[in-house]
Amino acid sequence: MSLTEDTPTPKRPSGFWSYANPVKFLGLSERILPAFWGLAAVSLIVGLIWGFFFTPDDFRQGSTVKIIYLHVPSALMAINAWFMMLVASLIWIVRRHHVSALAAKAAAPVGVVMTLIALFTGAVWGQPMWGTWWAWDPRLTSFLILFLFYLGYIALWEAIEDPDTAADLTSVLCLVGSVFAVLSRYAVNFWNQGLHQGASLSLDKEENVADVFYIPLLVCIAGFVFLFLALVLYRTGTEIRLRRARALQAREART
Amino acid sequence: MRALLTRDLMLAFRAGGGFGLGLAFFLIVTVLVPFGVGPNSELLSRIAPGILWLGALLACLLSLDRLLALDWEDGTLDLLATSPLPLEAALSIKALAHWITTGLPLVLAAPVLGILLNLPTPGYTWLVLSLLLGTPALSVIGTFGAALTVGVKRGGLLMSLLVLPLYVPTLIFGAEAARRGATGMDTTTSLLMLAGITAGVIAIMPFASAAALRVNLR
Amino acid sequence: MMPDLGKYADAVLSAYGVSILLIMLLVIITLRKGRAARAALEAVETRSKKNG
Repeated sequence: MSLTEDTPTPKRPSGFWSYANPVKFLGLSERILPAFWGLAAVSLIVGLIWGFFFTPDDFRQGSTVKIIYLHVPSALMAINAWFMMLVASLIWIVRRHHVSALAAKAAAPVGVVMTLIALFTGAVWGQPMWGTWWAWDPRLTSFLILFLFYLGYIALWEAIEDPDTAADLTSVLCLVGSVFAVLSRYAVNFWNQGLHQGASLSLDKEENVADVFYIPLLVCIAGFVFLFLALVLYRTGTEIRLRRARALQAREART
Repeated sequence: MRALLTRDLMLAFRAGGGFGLGLAFFLIVTVLVPFGVGPNSELLSRIAPGILWLGALLACLLSLDRLLALDWEDGTLDLLATSPLPLEAALSIKALAHWITTGLPLVLAAPVLGILLNLPTPGYTWLVLSLLLGTPALSVIGTFGAALTVGVKRGGLLMSLLVLPLYVPTLIFGAEAARRGATGMDTTTSLLMLAGITAGVIAIMPFASAAALRVNLR
Repeated sequence: MMPDLGKYADAVLSAYGVSILLIMLLVIITLRKGRAARAALEAVETRSKKNG
């Protein structure tokens, strides 16, 4: 399972799939990572400072409305990270690109942190608004379940030594987990009607947040997206290097 | 196929096969709950459906690591993988055997334990019915967990971590049906959903389990 | 400069504090692991070049 030089590819794929080659991937990520880190830093700093210092209080929620600049983007990324893992797992299963499997592995801890941020900010927001840190509301509950799925996924990666076996099994788990995550979402909805407000970003203007809050929120979301991309790209590179080092070491030991 | 089923059943019923351990566990959990929450019979009868569902679920979970581990160690699984019988079918049979030896006894024992927890009278039928509909799903999902972790040494804890989140929908609808039944509410929707999940899981999960097992047998 | 957060100051500040701390931690751990991996790979590569 050597990653790079030993396997000369018969035909060189071009376009998007050519980045499934680890060396090319590393080259590309090296080039675009500084931009991603920069964009993430700028938009996070601008968005959060804007949100924290320069937005008015909500007439009902007071200053707690400022939590939205962390809560909504992190919740969004928590779900999207899982979705990205699902896509990467599918690519691994179908096309057997190692980079894809490693990208899924790299995204999981980022998703965990995003889920934690969403849960934490939700709890401190819920305390003054609903009078409780935690309620078994459908949205909250499904996030907690998502968190458990992340934990299981990471634990499975850690538990299996052979990297290809681990990639295969975690991909299967990711697929099955996605189905059950959606099922749980509906089950939980059925089980308890919630306190949580509807989506804050729906196109339906009626229940949407006002413009003063909306623009800095978009900046923060962009910041979280770029942060996620930068982290995942960087971590994927780390995983590729670790695997390559291990492969070289194994070859050393053999000679 | 029938040979495999009878073999698995025989192994389970034989001394040391682990049959009855799940039942004993179910009993102990149920007995411990009043120690934990107090002997107030009104409270107990309110939480009884949920406790019984949870107890059955955990008892089912605990017996899962025997499902494939023994066959993995002695090489039976390799034989099964190379036999003409598709691995998907073999795993379905194994899940069925697990349900007959673990799930079914739990269903039958639940009403008796319901007495201990002061389950309201209308609740018994619904409890048994919901368990009867739900426990097959637990066995099938559990087979998937066992197939994922069969190559991991001491994978029991890992398997619980993987399987328990997958049990969430079944538990929600099952316990909901039992709870609604116990309080005399309409149970149709939750029972239908529960049956739907079980049917879907039985139809689809064997493919996932077989895929995972093939990876592990590679 | 500091906006008046009113009676919800604790909630808002702790949300911001903990979230930023978590993000920082994640970034720092990621960068550290990345550097370690880079160094390890370089070490192995130079060794294998010397020997082979």
